Amino acid sequence: MTTVTLYVPRDSAALAVGADAVAQRIAQEAQARGLPVHIVRNGSRGLFWLEPLVEVATPAGRVAYGPVAPHNVAGLFDAGWLAGAAHPLCHGPTGAIPYLARQQRLTFARMGMTDPLSLADYQAYGGFDGLRSAIAMAPQAIVQTLIDSGLRGRGGAAFPAGIKWRTVAAAQAAQKYIVCNADEGDSGTFSDRMTMEGDPFVLIEGMAIAALAVGATRGYVYVRSEYPHAIATLQAAIALAEAGGFLGASVLGTGRAFHLQVRKGAGAYVCGEETALLESIEGKRGIVRAKPPLPALAGLFGQPTVINNVITLASVPIILARGAQFYRDFGVGRSHGTLPFQLAGNVLRGGLVETAFGLTLRELLYDYGGGTATGRPIKAVQVGGPLGAYLPESQWDVPLDYEAYAAIGAGIGHGGIVVHDDTADLSRLARYAMEFCALESCGKCTPCRIGSTRGVEVLDRIHANTNRTQQAALLRDLCDTMVHGSLCAMGSMTPIPVMSALQHFPQDFGLAVSESTAA
Amino acid sequence: MTTSLPPGAGAAPLDTAAAHATLQHVLAQLAGEPGALLPILHALQDALGYVPPDAVPAIADALNVSRAEVHGVISYYHHFRSAPPTPHTLQVCRAEACQARGAEALLAHARTHLGCGGAQAQSGDGAFTVEAVYCLGLCASSPAVTLDGQVHARVTPQQLNALLAQAREAA
Repeated sequence: MTTVTLYVPRDSAALAVGADAVAQRIAQEAQARGLPVHIVRNGSRGLFWLEPLVEVATPAGRVAYGPVAPHNVAGLFDAGWLAGAAHPLCHGPTGAIPYLARQQRLTFARMGMTDPLSLADYQAYGGFDGLRSAIAMAPQAIVQTLIDSGLRGRGGAAFPAGIKWRTVAAAQAAQKYIVCNADEGDSGTFSDRMTMEGDPFVLIEGMAIAALAVGATRGYVYVRSEYPHAIATLQAAIALAEAGGFLGASVLGTGRAFHLQVRKGAGAYVCGEETALLESIEGKRGIVRAKPPLPALAGLFGQPTVINNVITLASVPIILARGAQFYRDFGVGRSHGTLPFQLAGNVLRGGLVETAFGLTLRELLYDYGGGTATGRPIKAVQVGGPLGAYLPESQWDVPLDYEAYAAIGAGIGHGGIVVHDDTADLSRLARYAMEFCALESCGKCTPCRIGSTRGVEVLDRIHANTNRTQQAALLRDLCDTMVHGSLCAMGSMTPIPVMSALQHFPQDFGLAVSESTAA
Repeated sequence: MTTSLPPGAGAAPLDTAAAHATLQHVLAQLAGEPGALLPILHALQDALGYVPPDAVPAIADALNVSRAEVHGVISYYHHFRSAPPTPHTLQVCRAEACQARGAEALLAHARTHLGCGGAQAQSGDGAFTVEAVYCLGLCASSPAVTLDGQVHARVTPQQLNALLAQAREAA
């Protein structure tokens, strides 16, 4: 009897709905039936409403079953799932599931296909092709490739990654650093976590390419403490990459060193701001630095530093492997390439949707997401994390590209999309935005530290109908001060969800439309 | 989260030889690393469950920084505790994606169910600490919680009751 391979994801989102128990049950059931099986703990395909999503490798390809609970396992064996047989939980060939089939997965090309800690799997799916190309190139040519690709920072600021690299490459210093910002604190986002848990070598490869391009020999991945599985997987992957000669004193025998280590955060949202993150790696409180100097010139320990988000760095290998033009041809306008959007909150089919820029929010919400999980109408959608705007239906047809979103006062940020149904009270969500800012402000600048607390108080007075119209004017004034007077995005962007909620949903604040937009 | 500990949870002394040995071991291992303070605090908390205030002078000494700087870092980050944790810790995410699926009600339910009076983080029997957290990265499977470090998603109040009962039995 031939051994059948089954895939049971090890992604946190699968573990959180019982994937370990399912894997254990499959092993027990197979043994009891005398059927030889090999269980691979893969990354998640990102179809989270189907997790735990078990795949069976059949001669005709991988067949998906989900969501599988331990009590379904015996029935699945009875139905003959090891041969890919029909069952109410069967979704057919995984790759043909429409949600997955219509995506354009570049950065996430391997996600869920492989054992995240198998170097052999990684290379079987094109892994390290980018690093091998980079090794054959002059450092300036690597930087130029990145500039030509049009890749912009995926952490939220959308700054051209190649320009940042060029600045670091041109800086003269005995020590340079590559720092990966994996402090993914935005609600509604999980693409960094998925990458570290499901395809960690792609991040390592991207960082190694960055090191070659700018002449850095040391790197840090700063991962938030809320991601213990990501930290463990990444640490194991780094050890394997070192043993395999992809990291260490001589990267792939080139004689060029790159040493990489993980640093664990400690529960401070503001450490996702790049200068606060650098302070934290240096062993200090995560307090934002004034810029300039730019981290590219005086970053970690005062040295020239490339600091990029996980998805930015994880997008580098395919650009080096396939060329700048290949990547650049995806997208619209000045938003080149793809973005792994993350559909979250009250949505029927939540998950990871990587696609070229230019599709609309409505397509994501309905064609992919299938509307709300509660079955009620969608009321508001927050795009770009806790500092992103709440968009009403009238804005759902704007193409998702950086410039088009900026034109409506919104932002794409890290690609997180949080859906709220018609039971949501936008005045409470606006209050929460201020409350969160008060909780997480680093305290260095006054508009953020004090303004956020005053914002909560003002919103409470609006809620209680104490001089409501006056308080709404005061709120606008306060937000204006925060926008223009704060040192970093924490204080200057917290007004975005607040003001968009007030502007588009004045009825939730007990205000008439005219009062919500008055100057 | 240090901020959610009840007043009077107090500074437990670094009173055992084992804790002292742990501290010395951690400092010997990590003090030479660039930016060693956070790794040291994590290693201590992972080993002891918290960062004993009595450890601050030795850490400051090993890193050649002031005690105020070490204390400042411990108190800045939500993750570090200065007192021993309760036997069980429940973290309920109340970020937006979880709010969209009832996180606020789930957190209120947890507090009521465990008998956390008022803004008290600890349950009436002292067995549980209930903390609000802000994003566990399980935003497409909300609402999400962690119980004693294990993640759980799409959690209903009934499931939470069952998880809490299991934790109690296991103790």
